[in-house]
Amino acid sequence: MSKLTPAASLEAEAITSKERGQWALIARRFFRHRMAVASLIVFVLIVAFAFIGPLLWTWDYKIHPEIPPRVSPSLDHPFGTDQAGRDMLGAAMRATAQSLKVAFVVALGSTVIGAIVGAVAGYFRGWVDAVIMRITDILFVIPFLAIAAAIAGAIGTGTRWYHMAFILAIFGWLNTARAVRAEVLSLREKEFIEAARAAGGSSWHIITKHLIPNTTSVIIVSATLQIAFAILAESTLSFLGLGIQSPDTSLGLLIQAAQGFAFNEFWYLFYIPGAMVILIALTVNFVGDGLRDAMDPRQTMVRR
Amino acid sequence: MNAMLDTPQAQSAPVIAGRNLVKEFPVRSKGIVRRRVGAIHAVSGVSLEIGSNETLALVGESGCGKSTTARLLMNLIEPTSGEVVYEGRDLTRLSRKQMRPIRRDIQLVFQDPMASLDPRMTVFEIIAEPLRVHGLFKNGGRERVNALIEIVGLNAEHRNRYPHEFSGGQRQRIGVARALALQPKVLMLDEPVSALDVSIQAGVINLLEDLQEELGLSYLFVSHDLSVVRHIADKVAVMYLGKIVEEGTTAQLFAGPAHPYTQALMSAIPLPDPRKERARERIVLEGDVPSPSNPPSGCRFRTRCPLFKTLSEGQQRKCIDLEPPLRSDHEGQTRAACHYAAPKQLV
Repeated sequence: MSKLTPAASLEAEAITSKERGQWALIARRFFRHRMAVASLIVFVLIVAFAFIGPLLWTWDYKIHPEIPPRVSPSLDHPFGTDQAGRDMLGAAMRATAQSLKVAFVVALGSTVIGAIVGAVAGYFRGWVDAVIMRITDILFVIPFLAIAAAIAGAIGTGTRWYHMAFILAIFGWLNTARAVRAEVLSLREKEFIEAARAAGGSSWHIITKHLIPNTTSVIIVSATLQIAFAILAESTLSFLGLGIQSPDTSLGLLIQAAQGFAFNEFWYLFYIPGAMVILIALTVNFVGDGLRDAMDPRQTMVRR
Repeated sequence: MNAMLDTPQAQSAPVIAGRNLVKEFPVRSKGIVRRRVGAIHAVSGVSLEIGSNETLALVGESGCGKSTTARLLMNLIEPTSGEVVYEGRDLTRLSRKQMRPIRRDIQLVFQDPMASLDPRMTVFEIIAEPLRVHGLFKNGGRERVNALIEIVGLNAEHRNRYPHEFSGGQRQRIGVARALALQPKVLMLDEPVSALDVSIQAGVINLLEDLQEELGLSYLFVSHDLSVVRHIADKVAVMYLGKIVEEGTTAQLFAGPAHPYTQALMSAIPLPDPRKERARERIVLEGDVPSPSNPPSGCRFRTRCPLFKTLSEGQQRKCIDLEPPLRSDHEGQTRAACHYAAPKQLV
C-alpha cells in the first residue's frame, strides 16, 4: 500500500515518525477498514439514540394515562404504544440504554478479568495455574441460571442494571480466561519472551507488553461474544423475572412483553427491539473484526 | 608446551567465566504424582572463560548443550551446580533483583530472527524495550534507538515497520541492535547466522566483527559451522554430549585437532579446491548421538569414535572405565579430552 506513494510516505515519516506510536499506527489501520468504520458509525448512532434520545423525545418509558393503548405507529408515537399505554419509542430508548450498559460492563469486566487471570495462569504455570484453572472449572460446572437466580433473589425486588452486569460478569470471564491461557501457554515458549527476560523484564512487563498484546485476537473475539451473551442472558433473566423489572425496561423485557405479537398487527412491538438486539450484536462484531485486524500487523490490509 | 598454551589466557583476566557448570533437566513420569524418573544431562561440567574483546566459539552438533551453556552463562536458567563469575561475583547466587542491573552487561542474540522479535511491536519499540525496562528511555532513548538502527546498517526511516516486513538478515540486525541497546560488555550469540542464507551470513558476521572492534565487546559465539567459526573466533571449544572435548585458540585447533570428534567435524568442512577436496581424508561418524539421559560411561564419545574401533581391548577398557580429562600433554597444541589424543592436520 505504501508502495503507491513512496515519496510522500517517506516524507511523512521523516516528519512524523518520531511521534507515531503503536496506537497511532493501529488507529490508522482501523480507519482503513470500511466495514468496521461504517459499523462504528451505526453503533455510535445507537448509543446516541439510547442516551441522548430521551432528552429530546416528549415521552419517557413509563406508563402515562394520557397515552392511548395499542396505537399503531404514527407521528405522535413513531413506534406505536403498547397495551398498557407506553410510548414505545421512549421505551425502546430506555431499553437500549439499559441493555447497552449491562452488555458493556459485562464485556469490559469479564474481558479484563479473564485476560489477566488467563495470562497469569498460562505464564506462571505450576501450582498458580492449577489453582486458578480448578476455580474456573468449578464455576463452569455450576449451572449458570441457578447461581444467577440465587444472587438475583438475594438482591431482592429492586434488581438494577448494575446488579445484572455483576451477575453476568461472574460467569463471563471464564471462557476468556480459558482461551487466553491456552494461547499464552504456546506464546510463553517463544524466543521473544526469552529475549524480554534476558533484557531484564519483569513478569508483569512480559505479561502486559508481550503476552496480552499477542492474544488480542482471542481477547477481542471473546469480548464481542460477551456482548451478545450479555444481552441474551439479560433477556433470559428478565424473562424469568430475575433481571431488570418493570417499570424499568430492557430489550429482553420488551421482546418478552411482545411475545405472541410477532405475526399479528402488533408486529412492531416485537420486531423493533429484536432488530435493535441484532443491530447491536452485528455492529459490535464488525468493530471487533476491524480492531483485531488493525492490531495484527501481519494482516494484509486490502481496501474494502 | 603448557606454558605456551597458558599465556594467551593468563594475559587478560576473563570478563566472564563459567566453572564446572552442570545442568540437568528432570524427566518426570506422567500422571498426577509426577515422580522424577531420570534426568537429561544437558551440560555436564563445562568450564569456559571469555576475555575482554575476545570471541570464544562454542561448537558442536545439535543437542550437545551449546545453547544451554550460553543461557547458563547469562543466568537465564539456573544451573544444577557450578558457578558463573562476572566482575568477581557468582551470578548464580544473585536474586532476580540483584541480577537486573547485571542483565544490562550481558545480552543475547537469538538464532531465529523471526521468533525472537515480537510480531506486534514496531522495530523502534523492539529496540527501545531494553531501555524502557531499565528506565533509561527518558534521557535520550529516542536518539539512542535511532542511532542503533543506523549502526546495524538499517534505514532509520523503517523504524515504524514490523518485523515481518524485513528479510532474515535485516531481522537479525534488529536483534543485534536490541542486544546492543544497553551497551553490554558481553554478547551471547546463539547461532546468530545459521538461519540465514550464506550470502547474508557474511554481512551479519562482518557487522559483528566491526561492532566488536568499535565497542570492545566479548562474544560467546555458539555455532555448528566451523568455517564461520574459523573466520570470527579467537578461541574455540568443541562440545559433545554436554562436555567440552577439545579447546584451544583457533589457530591451534585448525592446525591440528587432537580429539577424534573434532577431527571428524574438521573433515566435513568443504574445501574450495576440488583437488584437495578429493584427496583429503574423510572421517565419517556412524550411529546416532547417545541419549543425554543415559550417557555412555567413561569417554562419552567412544560409542561413535573411529579411533576407539582401532584400539586393542586393553586400550578400549580405559575408554570405557575412565573419563578422559582435558589434557595438553599430547603432541598437539590444544587441550583435548581423549586418552589417545594425537593431532592430525585436516584443513
